[in-house]
Amino acid sequence: MVNEASGESVELMISARGLTKTFGEVEAVRGIDVDVRRAEAFGFLGPNGAGKSSTMRMIAAVSPPTGGTLEIFGLDPTAHGAGIRARLGVCPQQDSLDTELNVFDNLYIYGRYFGIPRADVKARAHELLEFVQLTDKADSRIDSLSGGMKRRLTIARSLINSPDLLLLDEPTTGLDPQARHVVWDRLFRLKQQGVTLVLTTHYMDEAEQLCDRLVVMDKGRIVAEGSPLALIAEHSTREVAELRFGVGEHEGTAARVSDLGERVEVLPDRLLVYAEDGEEVVTKVHERGLSPVATLVRRSTLEDVFLRLTGRTLVD
Amino acid sequence: MRELPLLEGTVRQLDYWWTLYLRTWRGGVVSSFLTPLFYVVAIGVLLGGFIEGDPAQLNGASSYLLFVVPGLVASQTMNTAIGEVTYPVMGLIKWHRGYYAMLATPLAPIHLVAGTLMFTLFRVASTTAVFLLVLAPFGLFATWWGAVLTFLVQLLLGMAFATVIFAFSARVRTDEAYGVLFRLVVFPLFLFSGAFFPIDNLGPVLSWAARLTPLWHGVDLSRMLMVNVIDWRLALVHVAVLTVLMAAGWFLSVRALTERLAQ
Amino acid sequence: MTTQLTGVATARTAPNPAQAVGLMLLRNYLVYRSAWKIFVTGFIEPVLYLFSIGIGVGELIDTFEFNGRAIPYAEFVAPAMLAASAMNGAIYSSTFNVFFKLKFDKLYDQILATPLSTGDVARGEIAWGLVRGGVYSAAFIVVMLVMGLISSWWAVLALPAALLIGFAFSAVGMALTTYMRTWQDFEKVTLLQLPLFLFSATFFPISALGGWSWLIEISPLYRGVVLCRELTTGALSQASVISVVYLVVMGLIGLVVVRRRLSLLLLK
Repeated sequence: MVNEASGESVELMISARGLTKTFGEVEAVRGIDVDVRRAEAFGFLGPNGAGKSSTMRMIAAVSPPTGGTLEIFGLDPTAHGAGIRARLGVCPQQDSLDTELNVFDNLYIYGRYFGIPRADVKARAHELLEFVQLTDKADSRIDSLSGGMKRRLTIARSLINSPDLLLLDEPTTGLDPQARHVVWDRLFRLKQQGVTLVLTTHYMDEAEQLCDRLVVMDKGRIVAEGSPLALIAEHSTREVAELRFGVGEHEGTAARVSDLGERVEVLPDRLLVYAEDGEEVVTKVHERGLSPVATLVRRSTLEDVFLRLTGRTLVD
Repeated sequence: MRELPLLEGTVRQLDYWWTLYLRTWRGGVVSSFLTPLFYVVAIGVLLGGFIEGDPAQLNGASSYLLFVVPGLVASQTMNTAIGEVTYPVMGLIKWHRGYYAMLATPLAPIHLVAGTLMFTLFRVASTTAVFLLVLAPFGLFATWWGAVLTFLVQLLLGMAFATVIFAFSARVRTDEAYGVLFRLVVFPLFLFSGAFFPIDNLGPVLSWAARLTPLWHGVDLSRMLMVNVIDWRLALVHVAVLTVLMAAGWFLSVRALTERLAQ
Repeated sequence: MTTQLTGVATARTAPNPAQAVGLMLLRNYLVYRSAWKIFVTGFIEPVLYLFSIGIGVGELIDTFEFNGRAIPYAEFVAPAMLAASAMNGAIYSSTFNVFFKLKFDKLYDQILATPLSTGDVARGEIAWGLVRGGVYSAAFIVVMLVMGLISSWWAVLALPAALLIGFAFSAVGMALTTYMRTWQDFEKVTLLQLPLFLFSATFFPISALGGWSWLIEISPLYRGVVLCRELTTGALSQASVISVVYLVVMGLIGLVVVRRRLSLLLLK
């Protein structure tokens, strides 16, 4: 907002007002307002089909908005697409690596597309391979990499131009737990170095780990906004008691425990009782002569926030 | 390791191949019918119009059209057979791994080879039958029994190629090998095995090389039968060579697929 | 182990169109560097046709008349093989290869996330087709020269003529590819390509078709065949001028369609 013309000293990396995107009859994004500041980690949270990926493609300047305004680095993406993309790193939802090239050449040629001089891009590629722990795979074919390795390579590729803004669409979807932690660690390091991160995810733990601030999207709209902790404090209780009963008993049992917490949610396989003290809920359930097959007391997460806001679970 | 009889194990795959055929036959039917016909018209009729019909120069055929058509019939047999045991077989082994799913049932590798080859035989028989029926009105068959024998020769020729190339498919790792196979083997066979011109025109050395190719045996045998100028001893040699090739290919295929699927 | 990224590799100016084409060429060069076997074997197809039909079948044929002079059959077929292989190569790389990159590899999506544009992609891919086709054509012309099948200095223009044929078919092929949905659609490409190859006065003079010869004269490959044949035999006529104009227009139309379709498909 300091200098609209140069785009360099603007503090807002992304600014959207009333942004919409329609594909024929389908309204994928229905008027959202978003501001992302320099050096923050910002998340779009929501289930599949919420409009996250469409939003990301508009921000990546490869998909013209249908309505509203959008500025990236203070610039209009329809007019300054190439200039914006030069400063962006994009890690798409599905790893789209160049399968006909080896690992190193994937980074090298991608850097060249940005117009980075040969010597610089080579040095940068080596550094990035080291960063994502793929140095010994430099000459490997893409087919021979595991899912986690491909993801890391895609992230490395998105960093080839030292982007001011890194867009990550579902960065760890489909990875095993160990591979996810490696990716999170690397993203966390980037955040510490001051890279602005924008990511979409339908994993609550991922959003909680990485995001300073996030918006919850549902059916093309933003339904809540804030830091993970603030969202939990605002929309949920401190703890949750999960009660598992026999098959088909959850619906009937819900009424008998509904006074024990602020709120009760019925899921196909368990009841969720929202309360400040979960252990107390479990004790009272047993006192009432109910005997759940299993119980679990945990802290509220963004999953609970989402359930509260939309009445649905995120991963289905 | 083989508990099911060969026939029983092969028959059990009928539904698989039949379903596959019903789903895919439209894709190839037009081109498998039109491709040889285009060659017959362009090379046989139009170019043939400029070539003198001298039986002494044309292995006994009284026109270039009569000379070239048996060659095109045999070439189509080769192409159809090879087409069924290259990319589809690599798919069953490597891409969608259908053979592994079949192996999880009582079927053994030998049944899978037999099933695939039976389907290939069916494809060769149906495309050849259509092609020969289309040619019939043009008066290209000297005798009716020559036409029937030509059909049977295509089955033998198709199986000779199918078994050998199946063994190749079960051994190779990537489909790049097929690029080389088609360009360096199949395509030169098509052009230089006596289909388009008498192999004697290749000169003494190359014409003997051509005599060693399986396609030449198929082309020459088909031509003898279609124009009814038959050297029975040579015909017997053709049949023997193709039969030996088919038998050897069968054993190589079973061994190659057994080893491959055990890895 | 590096866990901090220190280097900064940035270029704030996007590549210009010429540089962009260069980068697309570089990418394809890197791919083919490891697949050179495929590259080399691509050259032999027209040579084999030349030997088989041109020489093998040619022994059964006397001379053909072309623009008023009698020429041996091999000399008649060779320039047609030059033109046809330029077409076949261009169609192959602009349909199968482009479809793979567009639908399966998502290569163009990757590239469009960088400062490059759909126009850069279209020009770059067609340029690569030309480079590849140009190498094959040049090699084939050398084969013709060695076999004594070239009888005029005009033949130096046969290479640019082959490139023009490649450009026209690449652009149209790539345009068609943007409309394709499955691999089965390529059956139709092959089904069009074969009669073009067999009937465009490649193996026999157009007079063989009698009253149908006009149908051949409007075929794009026929235009290419006539152009190459007039250049390598030196028997020039105004047919060559018509051919050049025809092929240039065809290529430019294809290029416009490709750009528009890629933008429609990838920037939605």
